[in-house]
Amino acid sequence: MKIHKYDTVIVGAGGAGMRAAIESTQRSRTAVLTKLYPTRSHTGAAQGGMAAALANVEEDNWEWHTFDTVKGGDYLVDQDAAEILAKEAIDSVLDLEKMGLPFNRTPNGTIDQRRFGGHSRNHGEAPVRRSCYAADRTGHMILQTLYQNCVKHGVEFFNEFYVLDQLLVEVDGVKKSAGVVAYELATGEIHVFQAKAVIYASGGTGKFFKVTSNAHTLTGDGQAAVYRRGLPLEDMEFFQFHPTGIWRMGILLTEGARGEGGILRNKDGERFMEKYAPVMKDLASRDVVSRSIYTEIREGRGCGPEGDHVYLDLTHLPPEQLDAKLPDITEFARTYLGIEPYTDPIPIQPTAHYAMGGIPTNVEGEVLTDNTTVVPGLYAAGEVACVSVHGANRLGTNSLLDINVFGKRAGIAAANYSQKADFVELPENPESLVVEQIERLRTATGNERVAELRRELQETMDANVMVFRTEQTIKTAVEKIADLRERYKNVSIQDKGRRFNTDLLEAVELGNLLDLAEVMAVSALARKESRGGHYREDYPNRDDVNFMRHTMAYREVGDDGAESIRLDYKPVVQTRYQPMERKY
Amino acid sequence: MATPVLDKVEADSAASPYITVTFRVRRFNPEVAAEASWQDFVLEIDPKERVLDGLHKIKWDEDGTLTFRRSCAHGICGSDAMRINGKNRLACKTLIKDINPEKPITVEPIKGLTVLKDLVVDMEPFFQAYRDVMPFLITKDTNEPTRERFQSAEDRERFDDTTKCILCAACTSSCPVFWNDGQYFGPAAIVNAHRFIFDSRDEAGEQRLEILNDKDGVWRCRTTFNCTDACPRGIEVTKAIQEVKRALITRRF
Repeated sequence: MKIHKYDTVIVGAGGAGMRAAIESTQRSRTAVLTKLYPTRSHTGAAQGGMAAALANVEEDNWEWHTFDTVKGGDYLVDQDAAEILAKEAIDSVLDLEKMGLPFNRTPNGTIDQRRFGGHSRNHGEAPVRRSCYAADRTGHMILQTLYQNCVKHGVEFFNEFYVLDQLLVEVDGVKKSAGVVAYELATGEIHVFQAKAVIYASGGTGKFFKVTSNAHTLTGDGQAAVYRRGLPLEDMEFFQFHPTGIWRMGILLTEGARGEGGILRNKDGERFMEKYAPVMKDLASRDVVSRSIYTEIREGRGCGPEGDHVYLDLTHLPPEQLDAKLPDITEFARTYLGIEPYTDPIPIQPTAHYAMGGIPTNVEGEVLTDNTTVVPGLYAAGEVACVSVHGANRLGTNSLLDINVFGKRAGIAAANYSQKADFVELPENPESLVVEQIERLRTATGNERVAELRRELQETMDANVMVFRTEQTIKTAVEKIADLRERYKNVSIQDKGRRFNTDLLEAVELGNLLDLAEVMAVSALARKESRGGHYREDYPNRDDVNFMRHTMAYREVGDDGAESIRLDYKPVVQTRYQPMERKY
Repeated sequence: MATPVLDKVEADSAASPYITVTFRVRRFNPEVAAEASWQDFVLEIDPKERVLDGLHKIKWDEDGTLTFRRSCAHGICGSDAMRINGKNRLACKTLIKDINPEKPITVEPIKGLTVLKDLVVDMEPFFQAYRDVMPFLITKDTNEPTRERFQSAEDRERFDDTTKCILCAACTSSCPVFWNDGQYFGPAAIVNAHRFIFDSRDEAGEQRLEILNDKDGVWRCRTTFNCTDACPRGIEVTKAIQEVKRALITRRF
């Protein structure tokens, strides 16, 4: 076991982590612990753009952006946070341009902008061009640009270091962060990082679904680490299903395809979104479009022999436009489906895409231990966190924005904190929980296999807590997850070694997914209403009287060691927008 | 307007016949044996699946010790560059049907970097070469503009190709010069230097050119085009290297 001492430790090297690192490295001695090499993060898979009311191509302002974000989130958004997001969006984009990001340009040399779902002129009048983009590889460019700037600032990375535990210590009755415990993949060695401030930026949890746009590595590691230590998770029932994943594979095809004029069609060739969203049509918010697609499929208007998908039609767009604006996704269609998007429509279905919920934070990125109290020295930003700027449904292009705005804020806040705070003394045997977990898995002899349990988890999640949910389906999922958690105790792995033991890591990751899937299902069961990405067929309306509030889920351990989930609720911050019926 | 029809695709997918394929994988684990060896795995697989799917089937259902890196699984994160049937490719962008499943499919680690376990190599020398070319925008103006810098669409287009790099190392580890001399910067580092040298906003082109004028710089390139063939992003790597060479001679870029 090795002990390291840093002022600030950042967990994760995607967009939020590296944006934070650029700030924090310039102000405090910082280490970035990342289970992947920095440029491998799933930020790189984001395609369509980053929203900011630059007004480069048409009239726009941050107040309209704030409104769209609040409405897009079905009014579960904390409006003070949304206002910060929309206001600071402009500088965030300009920061990236100054760091070197190669945005597409307008004829007069400014950053070009395009339409995206849910972004509108003057509170819903018509779509607006707000998304700043670099072809359909904006996330790739952001990730590369941030990594380039980390190299420039000499950010210290610990690559393939897997954070497995969060150290919390009570000092004078206040729970504080003391550091983290990490597992080094190359050697199997355990490392304790004592730090004044820790920032989680470890991304989402999408791998508990089968059809997902998420990377294999998005297993909710940060959420699970803090949840196991008794900190709450907020709004975990809200998960976004992106309307256009490649049929059966889930690979993302950007909403920018519809921003450029792409149209969704059913088996009769009908542009069905006109029925569901007369104004915004194919550019309604993602939850609305995903439900519309499944409604078409359920009512027998899906395409293919099994009627289980619809088409994304780009055939009316000029090939030059596809080449210039959507080169990557058209290549995905050719590579993975053998389809030529110039001439053939692309089969798509909704794909599990983004966790709106996560570790609750305030607008400075400080992690909350209940509805109001912060944990000194603990921060979170990006998809792992819930500020909440996305509420019940995130708008497209607001996630690349979120990681930049709140990654920067968390990086500054954490570094400022570690400049003035003292180290918290490490608990006795800080590594013990991780050592116990690793050794148990390495030496286990049970007959359950990680891959089989994960498959069953993913199947039950797809079948029961996806776009449409009912009390019955959610209960089925809760029971199945409980069963899988029992069976997980008998899981064994084949690789008993210490060197690059990815077999072991997949077992750890499955444990994280099971814990978080349970939180999601239990939170969803209790929310007896429909709002944004959470749609209950047995409660099809939004219920502001009983459910205009954030879910806060806590892990409880009884005296007999039995685990359970306690749900509590937190008020939504409302400033200028009163809830209205949501129409597109 | 015409109804979009997808007959041929649906016919293909409805058939979806599983075939039997042999994966011949180069195994190495110094915890177990000092030497690397080949191991065959026989799989039932849909030919439209990826080589990565095949490796997952082995790892998940047969042999959990098989070790490789992967993340996004659709060719954007750059984790899973491997030598597949003797050619560098991304396992997640290579479909079984496209690499002759009649014969055993060989899967090896990329060459020129130290193998650590199975298909996992030490990437550090690769990233060191990348860092050495100063891969970040450098400007001399101390007064930052309040808005964005202007750049014409043409100037933006000038370096578009080399912005696509995902740092997977498929190019560098396909280069015979790099195999023989690990000191050579390698194609990926030059591609990333090119991305800034030809960016109209950047003002450190001369410095980067001097770095690449080194004895281990661009002049080592023998234009074998392996790098261009290997690039999973379709970057014209050799052309980019040639443009850097030309810029060194003419000092115009």
